[in-house]
Amino acid sequence: MTMTLDRPLVRVPTELARGRGGGGPAPKRIVVAYGFWIFILSDMVMFSALFAAYAVLSGNTAGGPTGAELFNLRNVFIETMCLLLSSYTCGIGMLAAERRQPALFLVLAIATFVLGAAFLFIEVTEFVGMVQMGAGPSRSAFLSAFFTLVGTHGVHVASGLIALVYLVAQMLVMGLHAVVLRRLLCWSLFWHALDIVWVGVFTLVYLMGGP
Amino acid sequence: MLGRLTWESIPWSEPLPLLSGAVVGIVILAVLLTVTVKGWWPYLWREWLTSVDHKRIGVMYVTLGLVMLLRGYSDAIMMRTQQAIAIGSAQGYLPPEHYNQIFSAHGTIMIFFVAMPLVIGLMNFAVPLQLGVRDVAFPVLNSVSFWLTATGALLINMSLVIGNFARTGWWAYPPLSGLAFSPDVGVDYYLWSLQISGIGSLLTGVNFVTTILKLRAPGMTYFRMTVFCWTALAANLLIVAAFPVLTATFVMLLLDRYLDMHFFTNDAGGNQMMYVNLFWAWGHPEVYILVLPAFGIFSEVVATFSGKGLFSYRSMVWATLGICILSFMVWLHHFFTMGAGANVNAVFGIMSAIIAVPTGVKVFNWLFTMFRGRIVFKTPMLFAVGFIITFVTGGLTGVLLAVPPVDFVVHNSAFLVAHFHHVIIGGVVFGALAGINYWFPKAFGFTLDERLGQASFWCWLIGFYLAFMPLYQLGLMGMTRRLQHIPDPSWRPLLLVAEVGAIVIFLAILCQVAQLYVSIRTREQRRDLTGDPWDGRTLEWSTSSPPPPYNFAVLPRVETIDAFWQMKRTGRAPVAPAYAAIEMPRNSPAGFITAFFATVMGFSLIWHIWWLAILGFLAAAVVVLIAGWSIEREHEISAGEVAQMERAR
Repeated sequence: MTMTLDRPLVRVPTELARGRGGGGPAPKRIVVAYGFWIFILSDMVMFSALFAAYAVLSGNTAGGPTGAELFNLRNVFIETMCLLLSSYTCGIGMLAAERRQPALFLVLAIATFVLGAAFLFIEVTEFVGMVQMGAGPSRSAFLSAFFTLVGTHGVHVASGLIALVYLVAQMLVMGLHAVVLRRLLCWSLFWHALDIVWVGVFTLVYLMGGP
Repeated sequence: MLGRLTWESIPWSEPLPLLSGAVVGIVILAVLLTVTVKGWWPYLWREWLTSVDHKRIGVMYVTLGLVMLLRGYSDAIMMRTQQAIAIGSAQGYLPPEHYNQIFSAHGTIMIFFVAMPLVIGLMNFAVPLQLGVRDVAFPVLNSVSFWLTATGALLINMSLVIGNFARTGWWAYPPLSGLAFSPDVGVDYYLWSLQISGIGSLLTGVNFVTTILKLRAPGMTYFRMTVFCWTALAANLLIVAAFPVLTATFVMLLLDRYLDMHFFTNDAGGNQMMYVNLFWAWGHPEVYILVLPAFGIFSEVVATFSGKGLFSYRSMVWATLGICILSFMVWLHHFFTMGAGANVNAVFGIMSAIIAVPTGVKVFNWLFTMFRGRIVFKTPMLFAVGFIITFVTGGLTGVLLAVPPVDFVVHNSAFLVAHFHHVIIGGVVFGALAGINYWFPKAFGFTLDERLGQASFWCWLIGFYLAFMPLYQLGLMGMTRRLQHIPDPSWRPLLLVAEVGAIVIFLAILCQVAQLYVSIRTREQRRDLTGDPWDGRTLEWSTSSPPPPYNFAVLPRVETIDAFWQMKRTGRAPVAPAYAAIEMPRNSPAGFITAFFATVMGFSLIWHIWWLAILGFLAAAVVVLIAGWSIEREHEISAGEVAQMERAR
């Protein structure tokens, strides 16, 4: 981990550093990662509102199809495996980046991208299929909430993929510069957070509402 | 090509918005022309528009808030006047469909574009200085936040002359705000301007939580931070936890309106009460996002002008954090009449009464700080005393409203209107004005005129009581809120008193404009050369007025609360410090340009100009990607330059 430090910690007398945060301004790596955590937390709050809306509206099918009739758990399982695996490759990729192994990192980043894209492909296919059978988001309040919750997660995954391409491009141009590494660290936090949200979606939407 | 936007979108037949729009347009043109003729653009661009300095951004926030205060006040006086004359057979001068827009715009603007910018602006200015550091955690992000807020303000004001504004009240409850009953652009103006500025507020929250928790001068432990920093921390934690709920709620309403979904519609299983719940799950914390920093300002002001340390600092901190938590547990008191049942109402009624307890702790702390203090009644202190009296009484009517059976009688009445103006004007507005008078010398290097400042205070105080006390009585007499026409002539005398009050508040605003004008004209005589005009206690007063870009040449060492007071008492003259080079963030146009494209995108979405909306979005995204590419964002001020600037103090 020490390799990712931008600069050494500011030296402060131990009586100041001990206990209650009197050690002076934190180094940039800490500040940026901390700020990104707070941002992710705010994102989680937004998802929690969407989850709440889904919980309230999930029974309001207005005579339209229910989750049990629509969801294909086999596809959702494959989809879930893709995303969880992508988190795994993302994790080892970050370790490779920390160890300054750009080639290994690149391979794992590509794997992460492919798995994430596969996840998105399956999701979009599911959406298209539902719309084609007349179960689009305007059919009922249940489907509005479903498409919004799952779709918002999907939009997050898509922007995560774009960000990954962008950061890999930075890495190729600038090498594993400390700043690039810091950004990759934040990105991996984001990617893992999307996994956590998906575990919630998988459980609440598909397992509890499925066939 | 231009979506719903046509020549007829401009209300040619309505003289009132057209005239006010023309006046605003002429003022803006005159300002732009002056700037161009005087050749100020390069200076403005370099020093302000692209500045990432927290002090400059704070000043711009406060300026935005004050300008919008004028707009919000014009709405208020128009409504007051309408209610004062449209009684019995008289119909007044505002038709219902125009009156509806005015009360919606008044509430929206006052909360989002007056109170929020004032509070966030003062936090921007003072928090890093009080923490003894050089800037916030993410300076460029800070600039983005400000400009997105400005975008929201711009969009909402565009609705004055292009199209119309929402007729739904400031909370835009569905189904009225749904497509079925509000098919035109009004609600879309409301939603997009708040969505865009809401992103700005959220980023501010992230920025300040990180700043306060991770960037403090050496030795500044949590319990050595100023109370203002504590309240800023609490308010920003609330922003991070509450604003995403508002974003999600508005996303749902937008999807209802744009993609024919059914979150809140009457048909297909929509649930309107879910909107009301979600809205107030944000809305009640929002009240404390606004008022907690005001509490913080008063804590600073009361301690400084009493010449004493704050009474029971720790209980003040715990009270702040208690309010922070409790504020998430009372939202249902905004709609006791929803029909949630007696038990649910009882729980929320009791919680609402409980939240008054930590607030009471604070009031006693301020009183005991003043007790046997050497009180100096400068303008900020007058606002503080006026606040204590006003806020206590306003809080008491709030406790009254928290009793569900009482609420069933007076909900949605003028009594409620009186209550929330009582706490928002008495708390947030007085707090912001106290803060502006208090920190102005620090920001600009000269003090504000005391005579006009005090005149403005008295006008605010008297005007407020005249304008809103009658509304309590009218509410009890049965007057509901948002009446465009008054059916009962016996209400006339009280409505006339309220009108007089509104005019006295106008005098208060005039005094403030005059105060600013006079102070700038006589600034040479009122220079603050010490950097410490009030005999202050906290670190912001230890640096020069205005502070250098880097705030502190050498980061202060903090050993107690009220660190600067202790430094002055122990006479620890700064030993001619060894200056080191300082890294400061570079200016960045990213915020301004992103906000420009966000404005284009928002406007196009409101008017369904899809191609332009996509273009605006892509352009904003590209700006963000370009800004995110750079590695070197700092420039260095060499040790020699620092020494030179410090000698010039």
